[in-house]
Amino acid sequence: MSALLSVKNVRKTFGDEIVLADISFEVKDHSATVFIGASGSGKSTLLRCINLLEQIDDGVMSLDGQEITAVDVDPDQVRRRLGMVFQSFNLFPHMSVIKNITLAPIQVHGIPKEVAYEKALALLDRFGLREKADQYPDRLSGGQQQRVAIIRSLACGPRLLLLDEITSALDPVLVNEVLVTVRDLKNDGMTMVIATHEMGFAKQVADQLCYLHQGRILERGTAAEVIDDPKEPETKEFLARVHSAGRL
Amino acid sequence: MSAPDMADAWRPSEEELARRQQRRARNRKNAAIASISSILVLGTLIVILVTSPGWISLRDTFFKWAYGVEILPKVLLGFGTNVTLTLIAGTSVAILGLGLALIRTSRSPALTPFRFLATVYVDVFRGIPMLLVILLVGFGIPALQIPGVTNSVLILGTIAVIITYTAYVTEVIRSGILTVHPSQRAAARSLGLSHFQTLRHVVLPQALKRVTPPLLNDLVALIKDTGLISILGVTDAVRAAQIQTAKSFNYTPYVVAALIFLAVTIPLTRYTDRALRRSMEAQNAQGSA
Repeated sequence: MSALLSVKNVRKTFGDEIVLADISFEVKDHSATVFIGASGSGKSTLLRCINLLEQIDDGVMSLDGQEITAVDVDPDQVRRRLGMVFQSFNLFPHMSVIKNITLAPIQVHGIPKEVAYEKALALLDRFGLREKADQYPDRLSGGQQQRVAIIRSLACGPRLLLLDEITSALDPVLVNEVLVTVRDLKNDGMTMVIATHEMGFAKQVADQLCYLHQGRILERGTAAEVIDDPKEPETKEFLARVHSAGRL
Repeated sequence: MSAPDMADAWRPSEEELARRQQRRARNRKNAAIASISSILVLGTLIVILVTSPGWISLRDTFFKWAYGVEILPKVLLGFGTNVTLTLIAGTSVAILGLGLALIRTSRSPALTPFRFLATVYVDVFRGIPMLLVILLVGFGIPALQIPGVTNSVLILGTIAVIITYTAYVTEVIRSGILTVHPSQRAAARSLGLSHFQTLRHVVLPQALKRVTPPLLNDLVALIKDTGLISILGVTDAVRAAQIQTAKSFNYTPYVVAALIFLAVTIPLTRYTDRALRRSMEAQNAQGSA
């Protein structure tokens, strides 16, 4: 089976700073690929590059067999097949929860309003947020906001979901409700690329785990291989630091 | 959520009751201080004014109320011109300012020349006193004698006001667009919204809400500044007052005109303050998230 997403030799620099030196990996349908690594190791930049929010400096990326890094590709067309959830939620503060979720289905995909609302309410129902449909984002807890952001990214039926440190801005007690949501999605067979600091969570969902260090994938394998039995000294040191911070 | 009866059982404690008592006493004391201070300051000012040597003649030249009432209809008629002009200019400025702000914040390569022209336009007309623009447009354009172009000083004056205020309003709206955090744009684009859809549904609603108070502020300024086109000979409230003054050598019409302007601008200023406060409260409610 060919990969849903293929990333080959991707390089990204900001001025003199090399953020992604040479990144290659493949994501199979219905699998979860998790990136771990210190802050500044390039995890977020990688996800933003996949979503074409950043222009890469070298390399090739394909989605569903289509090369998305070709110059004549319309980024909007690519993004319609991708969902992205951000560290800081980025809900639209001037719209209610249901409007946040139905904006793209109605405006981008031309789905009739009633159908979009029905689908959005079904999703809210499923993740226990139905009664928040008419609330504004600032009335919700951080965990609820992030779950709404996940639902918003699901509403267009994406082929691939990009999750960018979605629990980093959350109170520790709120992290779990968000992770449970992601685990549910994984069980539904959603294909995901995840950047995270939550090692326990990474172990639970990752089919493929990559340790990113100074813009390179230094070590990769199953979660058990990389987290429980790291080979590279940098990986060991990173995991030791995570461990002493109580996140493992 | 649980035990509403517990909430019912609550009675303010002795300490809380004492605090409330103290706050009430303090508020009474503050009110008393404010009243006494106001009476003293205003009283002193009035006494200084009334006992000054020139007060009697000044009262007769500036505050001759019987004469004021007599010329009031003429000045009010002139003020109708100011109101009409404000409505026409205000609407045009809002539309043009929004358009130019969008051009200045766009990144489309096709719009490059327009972006450049918009920048030059804003720089030039924000930097020239409006009175000069009115004189240049009002007397300059008829002097060109282009066939088909109006010589009406009213229309030319209105155009001059629009030109100047569009430059200010463009910058206000542009600053509002720039305050919308880039992450909002990224979120919208990641959902597949196009540049235009992002602008229309995500960026502009937030930007315009934030700049409503400063725009109302500009509206108040616009109402006053329409008086400047009287320099071209347009019979607005200022010009009407001037005509009456010239007839009688009494300055009361100017005071009447000033009071008419205040009757409109003060309520609008109060409303602007309220809008500003509400907008700030709304932003604080959103917190740092």
